[in-house]
Amino acid sequence: MSEPTPKFKVTVDNISIEVAPGTTILNAARMIGGDVTPPAMCYYSKLPESGGKCRTCLVEVSKGSEKDPRPMPKLVPSCRTTVMDGMEVKNITSEKVIDARKGIVEMLLINHPLDCPVCDQAGECDLQNLSYEHGTEKTRYEFPRRTFEKEDIGPHIQLHMTRCILCYRCVYTADQLTQKREHGVLERGDHSEISTLLHKSLDNEFIGNVIDVCPVGALTDKTFRFKNRVWFTKPVDAHCSCTKCSGKARLWMRGEEVYRVTARKNEWGEVEDWICNECRFEKKSAKDWVVECPSKIKRSSVIAQGHYENTVKTPVLIDKVIGKQPKLLMNIHDVSDVNRPEIELSKIEGPAHSNDFNTGK
Amino acid sequence: MAAKVLLKNDHIEGIRYYDTYRKHGGYEAAEKALKMAQADIVEEVKKSGLRGRGGAGFPTGMKWSFLAKPDGVPRHLVCNADESEPGTFKDRYLMEFHPHILIEGLLISSFALGSNATYIYIRGEYAWIVNILEEAIDEAKKAGWLGKNIQGTGFDCEIYVHRGAGAYICGEETALIESLEGKRGNPRMKPPFPAIQGLWMRPTVVNNVETLAAVVPIINMGGEEYAKIGVGRSTGSKLLSVCGNVNKPGVYEIDMTISVEEFIYSDEYCGGIPNGKRLKACIPGGSSVPIVPANLLFKTAKGETRYMNYESLSDGGFATGTMMGSGGFIVLDEDQCIVRHTMTLARFYNHESCGQCSPCREGTGWMYKILKNIEGGKGKMSDIGLLWDIQRRIEGNTICPLGDAAAWPVAAAIRHFRDEFEWHVNNPEESQRRNYGLAHYADPIHVPASA
Repeated sequence: MSEPTPKFKVTVDNISIEVAPGTTILNAARMIGGDVTPPAMCYYSKLPESGGKCRTCLVEVSKGSEKDPRPMPKLVPSCRTTVMDGMEVKNITSEKVIDARKGIVEMLLINHPLDCPVCDQAGECDLQNLSYEHGTEKTRYEFPRRTFEKEDIGPHIQLHMTRCILCYRCVYTADQLTQKREHGVLERGDHSEISTLLHKSLDNEFIGNVIDVCPVGALTDKTFRFKNRVWFTKPVDAHCSCTKCSGKARLWMRGEEVYRVTARKNEWGEVEDWICNECRFEKKSAKDWVVECPSKIKRSSVIAQGHYENTVKTPVLIDKVIGKQPKLLMNIHDVSDVNRPEIELSKIEGPAHSNDFNTGK
Repeated sequence: MAAKVLLKNDHIEGIRYYDTYRKHGGYEAAEKALKMAQADIVEEVKKSGLRGRGGAGFPTGMKWSFLAKPDGVPRHLVCNADESEPGTFKDRYLMEFHPHILIEGLLISSFALGSNATYIYIRGEYAWIVNILEEAIDEAKKAGWLGKNIQGTGFDCEIYVHRGAGAYICGEETALIESLEGKRGNPRMKPPFPAIQGLWMRPTVVNNVETLAAVVPIINMGGEEYAKIGVGRSTGSKLLSVCGNVNKPGVYEIDMTISVEEFIYSDEYCGGIPNGKRLKACIPGGSSVPIVPANLLFKTAKGETRYMNYESLSDGGFATGTMMGSGGFIVLDEDQCIVRHTMTLARFYNHESCGQCSPCREGTGWMYKILKNIEGGKGKMSDIGLLWDIQRRIEGNTICPLGDAAAWPVAAAIRHFRDEFEWHVNNPEESQRRNYGLAHYADPIHVPASA
């Protein structure tokens, strides 16, 4: 038997967990899950060097470690800060973090076009989710939003630079795919833009994956463009025999029709296996694929609205964070019998139907 | 008292060239250092109390002692000559007229740190200085102070001059390293710090030009002797570049014991303010440090005289003090408009943000646009609060200090000159015709009597 590797104890929002040394705060928080996990717009576990840029995952370290209990003077990016033994981290329990995050969401949005009604990413957009959870309802920005000249980056991928939040994920993806650099950031400051070298089109066999890593609608699939809203399509996991990639993909279907093919994403919205361009852009018929099962989709996601099987509930941890059971302000059953108090609503599978309430009456 | 340490040979014609420099005691420190143990040189620098002259004021000896020394991995010394802070031009003077003191300092420091390949990263706009430095390097090489087996010690050292491409951000040490490696000058995430993984992931020390030049007098006179110049933890001499509304703008060397008032009004230094105008405000350490009104410049909030040194200038924190910074001393007289001035700085930081992290990329542009509105008579009262909120949310939340540097001038201007911003908002038309003037900014402030 080999020696058990030492584990570091880290506490995030009063919930303790033991993790391997070298784990980042963000990944430790993801192991706990639920609300204590900081949002991440630029970090991507499969892209080394990614992270640290968007600053949405900032957390407060109220105790550095067991050995050196001093708190860290500034908020730290949880995606790039590794845990120490005995570290105590405050995420949703820190007012400083909530305030800073609000500021960052506001700044990410000031130049974002908010053209969600015509954006293909709507419904599966990280920025939409982020602003829904951490943003304010109004903007204080009164100036014209930044625009860019349109650039064509190839036959499959549509680049909308105005929507880009410069997370650099696609840059790191392209860097991993090719030896030569042909995709990167030009200019600097608030006019920096994702671009290709001398307007070359991107033709790598796996370049389609930049669409999946993009947290917003800056890179979208030309073969799916304006075809459908994502929440009208049903995601299913499927596979095919492909010589280039794993062939494991997610089909977005409506009836028998395959509208879109993407890579499978895990609960943190990260791609599990990269897929090739052929699987993504060309296999658009149900007979190209062997369908396995409906994809697991977060219950809170808008996509889950049209899709009732396999939804995943995020754990509710509020009792552990505040150290006691939350006080119920009012139990609906105490004041109304409309809902049939003896019927446990949370035990109804799928959408509630009048039949559920008519039983035994 | 005028300290002449770095610029003691300033009056000698031809000090730029090796022969003259050598004749006046040049390379004697190098001779001495090459006979010393490497650790002893670091020890002398520690004893001298020398603090980084680039702006942050971090003790140089301590920075050197952090340098990792893994076996078989080369180490590097990088000289940060990317002097881009608005108002700062002291390194330019030093490199243009005294290139050999820098080369000598670099040689001693490279020897102490074990760097066989040392780089000078110089800002792109200093194009003509590259030639001066390369000429000096050639001269030093011919005289056997650089190259292989220097002065028979077996130590090899080459100095390379690398020109930047005109980006302020490349003065941040990790962005400088990225740029030196031939990449886009984006600051790196820290840790790892450059002392562990810097240039080409090798242990690296990055120091300012003036810091490295100061190593020469430290070795010449000994660390303890050097520490006697100055006061407290502000040891040695400091170069200041003065600009703005003074009679004698230029580069001055001070020993950090003189008062701010003396520095501005004495004939030896700035020589007062032209045309009998009165002082309104001052930025004592380069555009990033907080601006202070006249009544907080000469005296601290406690009523004590303010001196030109690290501690005294930062007395009172950001609420009533400022910082020594890089030594870019900017003086504003009563005719200057603080709103316009702050807008100019905000425009600079907006232009120079690298765009890597969101608060700085988006926030700097937002602040500039709001300030432009206020300056142009289109501001609203709520804009002042909004500016405060934006700067508060940029500061401390960015990867590198550029976010702080962009936030501090705006914060300080609003903190001390809120009346002037409000006047601009309330008098949109008048503000286009005339300046707010001195108002009460030079009035003595009430100091509560101490118990």
